Amino acid sequence: MKAAIVIFPGTNRERDVAIALKNATGNQPAMVWHGETSLPGTDLVVLPGGFSHGDYLRCGAMAAQSPIMPAIRRFAAQGGHILGICNGFQILTEAGLLPGALLRNAGLRFISRDCHLRVERADTAFTRHYQRGQVFRAPMAHGDGNYFAEPEIVSMLEGEGRIAFRYATPDGKVDPAANPNGSVASIAGIFSANLRVLGLMPHPENLVDPLMGGTDGKPLFDGLTEALAA
Amino acid sequence: MNAIVDASLAKSFGLNAEEYARVLAIIGRTPSLTELGIFSVMWSEHCSYKSSRVWLRELPTSAPWVIHGPGENAGVVDIGDGLAAIFKMESHNHPSFIEPYQGAATGVGGILRDVFTMGARPVANLNALRFGRPENPVTKRVVDGVVRGIGGYGNCVGVPTVGGEVNFHPAYDGNPLVNAMTVGIAHTDKIFLSAAAGVGNPVVYVGSRTGRDGIHGATMASAEFDADSDAKRPTVQVGDPFTEKLLIEACLELMATDAIIAIQDMGAAGLTSSSVEMAGKGEVGIELDLDSCPQRETGMTAYEMMLSESQERMLMVLRPDRQDLARKIFEKWELDFAVIGHLTDTGRIVIKHQGRTEADIPLAPLADQAPLYRRPYTEPVLPASLGETTDPLGLKDGLLKLIACPDLCSRAWITDQYDSTVGGQTVKRPGAADAAVVRIEGSTRALALTTDCTPRYCAADPRSGGAQAVAEAWRNLTAVGARPLAVTDNLNFGNPEKPEIMGQFVAAIQGMAEACRALDFPVVSGNVSLYNETQGTGILPTPAIGGLGVLDDAADAVGIAPSAGDTLILIGITLGHLGQSLWLREILGQEAGAPPPVDLVAERQTGDFIRAAIRNADVSACHDISDGGVLVAVAEMVLAGSVGAVLNPGPADIAPHAFWFGEDQARYLVATGNPTALRRAAGAAGLPARVLGRAEKSGLTLPNGVTISEAALREAHTCFFRDWMTT
Repeated sequence: MKAAIVIFPGTNRERDVAIALKNATGNQPAMVWHGETSLPGTDLVVLPGGFSHGDYLRCGAMAAQSPIMPAIRRFAAQGGHILGICNGFQILTEAGLLPGALLRNAGLRFISRDCHLRVERADTAFTRHYQRGQVFRAPMAHGDGNYFAEPEIVSMLEGEGRIAFRYATPDGKVDPAANPNGSVASIAGIFSANLRVLGLMPHPENLVDPLMGGTDGKPLFDGLTEALAA
Repeated sequence: MNAIVDASLAKSFGLNAEEYARVLAIIGRTPSLTELGIFSVMWSEHCSYKSSRVWLRELPTSAPWVIHGPGENAGVVDIGDGLAAIFKMESHNHPSFIEPYQGAATGVGGILRDVFTMGARPVANLNALRFGRPENPVTKRVVDGVVRGIGGYGNCVGVPTVGGEVNFHPAYDGNPLVNAMTVGIAHTDKIFLSAAAGVGNPVVYVGSRTGRDGIHGATMASAEFDADSDAKRPTVQVGDPFTEKLLIEACLELMATDAIIAIQDMGAAGLTSSSVEMAGKGEVGIELDLDSCPQRETGMTAYEMMLSESQERMLMVLRPDRQDLARKIFEKWELDFAVIGHLTDTGRIVIKHQGRTEADIPLAPLADQAPLYRRPYTEPVLPASLGETTDPLGLKDGLLKLIACPDLCSRAWITDQYDSTVGGQTVKRPGAADAAVVRIEGSTRALALTTDCTPRYCAADPRSGGAQAVAEAWRNLTAVGARPLAVTDNLNFGNPEKPEIMGQFVAAIQGMAEACRALDFPVVSGNVSLYNETQGTGILPTPAIGGLGVLDDAADAVGIAPSAGDTLILIGITLGHLGQSLWLREILGQEAGAPPPVDLVAERQTGDFIRAAIRNADVSACHDISDGGVLVAVAEMVLAGSVGAVLNPGPADIAPHAFWFGEDQARYLVATGNPTALRRAAGAAGLPARVLGRAEKSGLTLPNGVTISEAALREAHTCFFRDWMTT
């Protein structure tokens, strides 16, 4: 699998996700500057975490207007796989590639700690190395991760099976106490209609090495590598 | 501004009559306003260290692994494999009280620049914070603002905040301390210094534009607070972490080329200190044309530009043939890039603006004739030692009260607001170990990092307190298995013009120096913050120590979490010292007695033993004994591991509360699956090793048979911040 990581001014988790991808694929992913207008030949585009343009307007709003975005839209339209993590998820919603929006956390504070995610479907390129209903741990680090969408959008996402992950207790219960940021329906990540674009707030890329506290995030990158093998 | 420059204006700029007379002698005429501004900031306490310099020389600063000690932007130590760790701690105390969010945020930004200006990618931030009483109405606002500011800046620039310490005490009610530390990694052959060279070479300004913010911040940081401090809010700068992030990436990209001859961040006193220091260190002259200086506002004068403390700016001397290459890199990152001057052979700093010469000062006397004071001081009066105490509460209630107190309760409310995992190298996050452990990307090595100081010990006995701060940092690095290498210090004290404050300063330095020498733990960088007083009341003497150590293999690092079944063994000598202990303060309401003595020989011997035991894999968890004593250490360990423990009775010849809550130094609590081997090794090393009990699945059973449930323990440990911040 070839991967390309897009770097916006203010992106700061590009090296983290590069390490996770290199662990999984054995290859160094391509780094693409936001000012480019075309993507290199790639199987996966990653929009990593950070504070693109300082989050100064709305998180992801300015990045969604970057010169590279038309190429990313074309890539999506052609059925390409895109992974947006944290600020990358925010950019995908601002660009209209995923529905909804990420609001300030309900507690109005930045939250940096591990959360537990329940896998809602395992038949996608992103989640195939997890089991449906499996719970895994992932660090979260965001101030604006409170997923919001109109009720009819949420029903549509539920109906079409487009909810990727929900915040849950370690034993898989989805309840308000396990929802760290107030996200509607405890949504932590969603898919596009074709299940090829995934946006999520937590950082599976920061848990791919036992030394850093676990490998709960590794199946995501291993699964992608297998699914998108040339 | 058409002020008449005279002795009275100079006084309002912080220069006394003698200092102003020296200015007149150096330039041989009445200085211009810009010149007076330059002298006043360069000779401020903040920039010149005029009260502290003679004493700082007593600190040991060299070791075979020290590449650059004090005098550069940050300290540099060799950590092996051709890599260097570059680190420093710096205060932003005064701004953080006036405007907590921006004060703390720009403190983080400033210390980051000190580190990346030397060619290092910042890999970790830490902090040392001191706040007033929680009951004081302003404290909550200050804590909230400072924590948000540290997080707001550090999270955005993408440098993990991995450690720190927090204390509360009434002495900080009007003068909180915000000390920020940054650690970076560079190649030993690619370290950038600030000495300018090459007459005619261009002087280049990069980063944010210059505005009117922070004018005279360095002078503010050199004076006490009075009731009008709120009026000083305009001297607090505003941080822009996004621009800082771009600046880091642009500088590191340029540093990979051979374009840079010298580089210096614009910190305190901005353009003035950076240009004066670069030219001064290089023994050349410098001429700046401020018409070319990127400006955020219109109509700025030379005085304003030279004194502005606008953030996120750097000054560089470039090879002339690499100027275009450099410009392209900064344009890519959408940062201003302007040639604002050149180096000369005159040995003078010349400032031009709109066709006029606004300043023309010889650099050598500006540096060499800076005031240097050997201020009078009195020896600290030491408290009488504490007599017998009786325990009114018993172990259970004493423990629950102690682990709930603001100085000992869980810091998760704070650390959960700091991104501690960005970078993907954080092996031990906040709270998981005595020191943060951060692996070096692409290497098996890891850095161990900590900040430490026990101000109540320093107040009671500054000399012993200074030594204790160094020893505790060394111990915390040791407790994760690291080899302690070097120290950065942040010396926070009151008004040095008061002999008793100067006495605290002198004694603390002497204690630190002793400990640094005994532990081979030199000071390689640091910062002094004086005049930490509000309306005449000083803070506790607070010489904060930032310690750095190295682990050859990150996988060897141990945390504080034991596994059920481990044996808990106390290593080191316990006498039951309760003077200045938290038990005494929280349970009996007294701050009394002498602090625990610091035996540096025992400290070294015990620490070397612990490090070897960790290397031999005899240790599954290790925690140094500090605030609150042994029982608090046990509670912290079982909470970290989500386990329990059953404890044996203490020795018959020490009162139970003194044994379990005493704060004797040079001790570690070790969890091991191999107690026989560990005790045998301790015996061979001549160290007491007492089996305290065993880690169990759940519940903490005290020696008197009383059990505290894990839930009750956790509730006590976590309730303070939650309840305080939601009321």
